[in-house]
Amino acid sequence: MTADTTQSEDILATAAAWKAAGEQVAIATVVETWGSSPRPAGSRLAVTASGKLTGSVSGGCIEGAVADAAKQAMATGAPQLLDFGVSDERAWEVGLSCGGKVKVFVEPLT
Amino acid sequence: MKAQILARLQAERAAQRPVVLLTRMSDGEQHLWPQEALPTALAEAARDALGREKATNVDLDGETWFVHPHNPPLRIIVVGAVHIAQAMAPMAAPLGFEMIVVDPRRAFATEERLPGVTLRTDWPDEAMAELKPDGRSAVVTLTHDPKLDDPALDAALRSAAFYIGALGSRRTHAKRVARLKELGHGDEAIARIHAPVGLDIEAVTAPEIALSVMAEIVAARRGAALGEPRPLPAPQDGRVSIGISA
Repeated sequence: MTADTTQSEDILATAAAWKAAGEQVAIATVVETWGSSPRPAGSRLAVTASGKLTGSVSGGCIEGAVADAAKQAMATGAPQLLDFGVSDERAWEVGLSCGGKVKVFVEPLT
Repeated sequence: MKAQILARLQAERAAQRPVVLLTRMSDGEQHLWPQEALPTALAEAARDALGREKATNVDLDGETWFVHPHNPPLRIIVVGAVHIAQAMAPMAAPLGFEMIVVDPRRAFATEERLPGVTLRTDWPDEAMAELKPDGRSAVVTLTHDPKLDDPALDAALRSAAFYIGALGSRRTHAKRVARLKELGHGDEAIARIHAPVGLDIEAVTAPEIALSVMAEIVAARRGAALGEPRPLPAPQDGRVSIGISA
């Protein structure tokens, strides 16, 4: 038996399993961070159209907004690059209160 | 992400080969390196990201690419399914290590004593020949038994293992050094061995020693000064020195 060594490993395997089971799946990845962001670049979150969710791209503050964007990405088939930061009103709404900035790439698994 | 790219990425990782996923931010176009030939700037960024174990962004011809390295797992190969190994086991996975325990003594090497660990009951020389420790492997010997520890250390010293540790007092280690020299290892090679194993936190119990060993492995992995092997004091002809000496 082999232990999973990083969180991102489970997430891709889970995303693949969901897809294989016929779910619509999107993957969100932190691609850039500034300041005190809670998750490093490369952190992943996978979501399904049915509302399943695994992994994380922040300490929980932007997951909701990312899941919304993921639903859109699944509907349109087009990826999105999301920008969250203190200067961004949307980020304030969703509460990236740690004061960091983070870019998240959201893509459908096709 | 195309399911086919995901499948290829997972296959590379399952085969424990380093792989980098490159994604063009404008449209989500993706490539895998080194499995695909890429423009030099992207290939270099990919190689660099693997080496630094850090995702990065690179601009090429007005396009931004996200360069996401996936290195094979870090491993800790432990010889001796002893108490300290049991205490190390639950720490290994959260710290990002796959732990493999080698011990031909079947009474020790049981699933019950070491749940969630890869167990091998072959002899350490055979196990090491198959495990092939690499630059992402740590090797720790814990048995005190030269028959088991020495072949593992011999193999570890011939490998690129980033950390080699051996349990045992300074006296035990001095004898071990003499045996390893007979096997042809020079001073420089032998200086790679962390002995006594673990950071000096005055550890007494098995969990404390496990903590000190894990901390030292992390320090070595992260390139901290604490992770450098400490020079050994000269052996003192069997006498034990007590107290502070100049």
